[in-house]
Amino acid sequence: MPYLKCRNALCIACLLLAACQRQHRDIRPSPTRLAIYGDAAKEDALRPGGRVNSQPVVNNPYNASAYDISEGQRLYNWYNCSGCHFNGGGGIGPPLIKKHWIYGGEPANLFDTIVKGRPNGMPAWGGRIPEYQVWQIVAYVRSMNGEQPRSATAARLDTIQTNPQTIVNRTTGPTK
Amino acid sequence: MKRAPTVTRFLAAAAQLVLTGCIYNKQSAVNPAGPQAGRIDTLWWSFFWLLGVIFIIVMILTLLTLRRPRRDFDQQRIETTHKASEETDSRLRRIITGATILTIVILFVLIVASSVVGKQNSEFSTAPNQLTVQVTGNQWWWQIEYLNSDPSQVLVTANEIHVPVGRPVQIRGLSNDVIHSFWVPNLNGKRDLIPSRVTTQWIQADHAGEFRGQCAEFCGLQHAHMAVWVIAEPEDKFLAWYKAQLQPAAKPSTPEQQRGQQVFLNYECVYCHAIQGTPASGQNGPDLTHFGSRRGIAANTLPNTTGNLAGWILDPQSVKPGNHMATVPVSSTDLHPLVEYLESLK
Repeated sequence: MPYLKCRNALCIACLLLAACQRQHRDIRPSPTRLAIYGDAAKEDALRPGGRVNSQPVVNNPYNASAYDISEGQRLYNWYNCSGCHFNGGGGIGPPLIKKHWIYGGEPANLFDTIVKGRPNGMPAWGGRIPEYQVWQIVAYVRSMNGEQPRSATAARLDTIQTNPQTIVNRTTGPTK
Repeated sequence: MKRAPTVTRFLAAAAQLVLTGCIYNKQSAVNPAGPQAGRIDTLWWSFFWLLGVIFIIVMILTLLTLRRPRRDFDQQRIETTHKASEETDSRLRRIITGATILTIVILFVLIVASSVVGKQNSEFSTAPNQLTVQVTGNQWWWQIEYLNSDPSQVLVTANEIHVPVGRPVQIRGLSNDVIHSFWVPNLNGKRDLIPSRVTTQWIQADHAGEFRGQCAEFCGLQHAHMAVWVIAEPEDKFLAWYKAQLQPAAKPSTPEQQRGQQVFLNYECVYCHAIQGTPASGQNGPDLTHFGSRRGIAANTLPNTTGNLAGWILDPQSVKPGNHMATVPVSSTDLHPLVEYLESLK
């Protein structure tokens, strides 16, 4: 019996400790990560971000962090990524749920693509979106492709449905 | 430690109570400022007195039974046979039946009273001079929009609602993220703001004053720092305020302010904030067109002062941890003009 009790206690301790690990909320970005805008990946001048010579030099600090992936999901809509890429399926811009990336699909490549922009329409967001938020968006875009742990991936947004805000029942205003 | 004399301590405690009373009169359900809150106030005090009297009667009876053994019950018989006499039995039955009926009647009266008040408070006003204000809950601030059939009269602001005295105001509630609840205790009860639903509430201020409201449904990390002020003013003062708020933002008048405007437009600010009359048209954060005229920043977490504003811009996460304002590395030479410009937007 003491053996059983001991084992139960150990199991519970393991579960509790595992829970401690899952969500670390780094809500206050470290100042060094605020504005670097250097190259996250070394690129070939002829094939920017191409798979041949693309060597990531920086890792995403927010990899596998549930909080930062959900923040990335919010920012994806706030900064209107969804305006061109829609909810990952693509439309005006290319889809983001895919295997073959034109400019590389590693986190560092995605970072460079967002910060520097790419030909045929992708704007350069460097100096427009704080660097830590770019990394959060990168983490979210990677999660669309299942490249983040399932336990950290955010649920699909509720907003993919009609919104009654467009049906405004306007009544008499203050000047009447 | 030497203790202060009793009289001093008593006076200090009394002063504290009085001061607390002053502050919380502005956010208090027992200080009603309109017909809706007045009904809730009456309901609350009738509950309080009725149930308070019943509580005291019950407590007195309980204490009496502890003190005095019931001599008219034949105790011995009950103890030996576990059966009361015929007379005791019928007496107990009468008392218990009477008490149950009385309880049911009282509870029924209370239920009817509270649902009558609820019905009266949610009645739509048919007054021709009513006003419609759309309140949208966000994590963690309130977007305020005065609706109007004339688009040039639609006014967007944040965290502050001005209402004219004596006019019924419809609060049209929406939410952009999670469930919030709009609650200005001096004017009406709570009403939840639910994503993808429209909820309505009516308020009316019978006298001028300032009333503080607060989100009343837990909505995340900064739920406690999500306050709104309702400012009731006489009709002419309200219309003057409304006209001023409809204007585009004031043009920067000094070189410092002009530089501040350039800083605002070149930094990340424009992706979330709008200032009417400039290219800034972000919709994710509060509209800053007349930011300088508002009394608080960060949903009234701090008073709107130069120092607070500078601290808030530089490190929002230290003021309101977890909030959605981006931490932007503003250089020290840019910060002062930026703050100067924002404060000039009266």
